Amino acid sequence: MPMSRTDKANTFWSYANPKKFLATTERMLPVLWVLAFACLAIGLVWGFFFTPDDYRQGSTVKIIYLHVPSALMAINTWLMMLVTSLIWLIRRHHVSALAARAAAPVGIAFTLIALVTGAIWGQPMWGTWWAWDPRLTSFLILFLFYLGYVALWEAIDDPDTAADLTSVLCLVGSVFALLSRYAVNFWNQGLHQGASLSLDKETNVADVFYQPLLVAIAGFVLLFVALVFYRTGTEIRARRIKALLARERAQEGMGR
Amino acid sequence: MMPDLGKYADTVISAYIVSLLLLAAIVALSVWRGRRVRAEMERIEARVSKHG
Repeated sequence: MPMSRTDKANTFWSYANPKKFLATTERMLPVLWVLAFACLAIGLVWGFFFTPDDYRQGSTVKIIYLHVPSALMAINTWLMMLVTSLIWLIRRHHVSALAARAAAPVGIAFTLIALVTGAIWGQPMWGTWWAWDPRLTSFLILFLFYLGYVALWEAIDDPDTAADLTSVLCLVGSVFALLSRYAVNFWNQGLHQGASLSLDKETNVADVFYQPLLVAIAGFVLLFVALVFYRTGTEIRARRIKALLARERAQEGMGR
Repeated sequence: MMPDLGKYADTVISAYIVSLLLLAAIVALSVWRGRRVRAEMERIEARVSKHG
């Protein structure tokens, strides 16, 4: 008998059970790690060794295979944190809040890669490492929001309060995540060009650059999923350690 | 085997080195903490089950 929509929804929400989440992700992780590293290796080796120079940018075009996927994932990591934070605020699923917490350091790494490769690429192309361009500035603010988000989790002892406050911070930071994607469209004075890849554009970058770029993007996405699954598992176990220690202390207190 | 990167060789290679180091760092830190936390949880679970 085919599953009804309610059954499907119930199946989805059943992953809010930490045991089920751990069992499912542990089965998926070996495949995800292999696919992530394979796509990254193929995309980056293809892009670095087997693509031509651009007629204007020379060999610096090879930085696109790191800069575009990392920038894309820096923004999408925050949007994933936004969705999981909203799920926490509305439905109070702990795994959801822990997934947001687990994703933040991964987002920091991606944002840092995007900022550093952008600066390295910008120096020969624009003649400067940095400009207070709308997209660059909103990316820098997004990076600071990531740092603030992680610091807030660390600063608050009560996990539910920490999840509440970081979720609100995540909602506010989403403005900058969206700005770093769309600022270039309506803020004209920037140095940064428009999106290199877009689903609603007729022409993207030339095919010779586009194909390895798609493989590299797949690698970054898969690496993100693998890291978030793995790190959420770690957060679930860390939460269990706290619960076990609290129970042990309570039993010791009763025994006295 | 190494492509001719011309006058931008330092630029391109430094971008790759920094990015790969950052990717390696986030994977290594995640796995290191993951193993430490899993080992600690198993140790505490064993202790708790022993003492009832």
